[in-house]
Amino acid sequence: MLYGKRLRGLAVASALVLSVAFALAFFYAPLDADQGFVQKIFYLHVPMAIVCLGGFIFGGICAIGLLRTGDRKWDLRSYVAIHLSLILGVGVLLTGMIWAKASWGSWWVWEEPTLVAFLVAFLLYATYQPLRFSIEDPEKQARYAAVFAVVAGAFVPLNFLAVRLAESLVHPRVLTATGGTMPGAMRLTFIVAVVGMTGLFVTLWKYEMASKNATFRLRALRRRLGDDELPPARRSAAPAAPS
Amino acid sequence: MIRVALAVLRKDLLVELRTKESVPAMALFSLVTYVVFRFGLDRTSLEGDLAAGVLVVTLLFAAVLGINRLFVAEREQGGFDAFLLAPVDRSALLVAKALALLVFLVAVEVVAVPAFVVLLLGPAFDPAALVVLALADVGIAVIGTLASALAVQTRARDLIVPLVALPLLVPLVIATAQGLSPLLSEGGGGLDAGWLAVLGLYDTVFVLLSYAVFDFLLED
Amino acid sequence: MPALPLDEAGKYVAGAYVVFLLLILVYVAIMAGRLSRLERELGELDDAVARRTPPSASSNGHDPAERVSAREGDR
Repeated sequence: MLYGKRLRGLAVASALVLSVAFALAFFYAPLDADQGFVQKIFYLHVPMAIVCLGGFIFGGICAIGLLRTGDRKWDLRSYVAIHLSLILGVGVLLTGMIWAKASWGSWWVWEEPTLVAFLVAFLLYATYQPLRFSIEDPEKQARYAAVFAVVAGAFVPLNFLAVRLAESLVHPRVLTATGGTMPGAMRLTFIVAVVGMTGLFVTLWKYEMASKNATFRLRALRRRLGDDELPPARRSAAPAAPS
Repeated sequence: MIRVALAVLRKDLLVELRTKESVPAMALFSLVTYVVFRFGLDRTSLEGDLAAGVLVVTLLFAAVLGINRLFVAEREQGGFDAFLLAPVDRSALLVAKALALLVFLVAVEVVAVPAFVVLLLGPAFDPAALVVLALADVGIAVIGTLASALAVQTRARDLIVPLVALPLLVPLVIATAQGLSPLLSEGGGGLDAGWLAVLGLYDTVFVLLSYAVFDFLLED
Repeated sequence: MPALPLDEAGKYVAGAYVVFLLLILVYVAIMAGRLSRLERELGELDDAVARRTPPSASSNGHDPAERVSAREGDR
């Protein structure tokens, strides 16, 4: 499958939508009454978090594909999705900490249940690559990683529910406006930002899939030509070419 | 399937009874951990939230010790291959191992909970806490077995198991600690059905999930 | 905590967006590295193919590479 098709159009569209979203955030959306200018981080942090978690769940769905069909291309799709989501996850945590520092004066707040639940999910997924790396046989690696991705994907919503339950008993949710109380202008900006961030994720996903596939096909070509100088494959966490 | 699971369970329990590998170590570990907590927190008596937290954390870490060893014998002595060759439902192995871990946890608690009451607990012990602990044990057993099976193929087994199991256990810790804390308080509260429901739900989801994916971990 | 004044808040907001930008740029840099490795390997593949064809064609008596370069030399 060619992942590079229409990639350029998608990339341009995503860049455009994201730029519009940020422009809306700074020039159109009203200033938040409680938090002031700091609230603008919301339009970056929350869409990133939503797309990151969506990416984890998408990785879980692709993993189900691998387990059902045994076709290793699903493993690659799952791996790239989770890998990208981890990178976004780092961004979510960093921007969340910056927001916390600006709003509450400290770099971390346990009172914000969504951020805490996100940390737990992130710590779980951070194990994904070490797990893959520690299994040498590529077929087993793919299968075990898929089981992990499925369990972790199911875990994500459960985790958010549980943490929210716990925190709501002790601390009322204070950090603003993710619920239905958002004024229309803010909501529009937020939705555009989510769309843009999703576009970015899909773009990067296709980009990485195309790059990996190209590498596989190159290696296969080399092998077909009987090139003996092919360096032995290093152990890696990334999926190997389906043989 | 049940007969096979019970047969494997019986084997594991017999092995444990004869070699006394896991359970005594886990129990001893809990006792030592209480001492560490006494000095780490600089307190001689705990109640409420703190008591619940210390108890849950200690049990959790003792469980991780046991989880690490769960599938080791199968791996090293070819038990997996034997199981795959036999015409049995593979999930029987999952059920057997989870039940074995559950039995180990209960056995450890027989020592660890009274020790906690004697050493660290301030208020009187409310037996309703045992209900909470029982539900928690089921969850720990299921998730522990899943994590152990995931890690069995890796060489870094001892590292992967806690890293995978602990985040998955966080909601369970939340529910258990919240459920225990009124029971361990002075003049305390009662059994909160809400947290029991959360625990029960979480256990059920993971039992179903593990059952669904376990076969894939056994294929060769 | 009351809302920060604009000049202080601006730094935090800018910081957050800079983090986002940096992440993307780091990713692009890593992908660029992969791309150049791909190009290099393609180049090696090209060489391997070039090395391969002359010996098989010389059985015809004429080395096509020689023939080509001879023609180019005439020009």
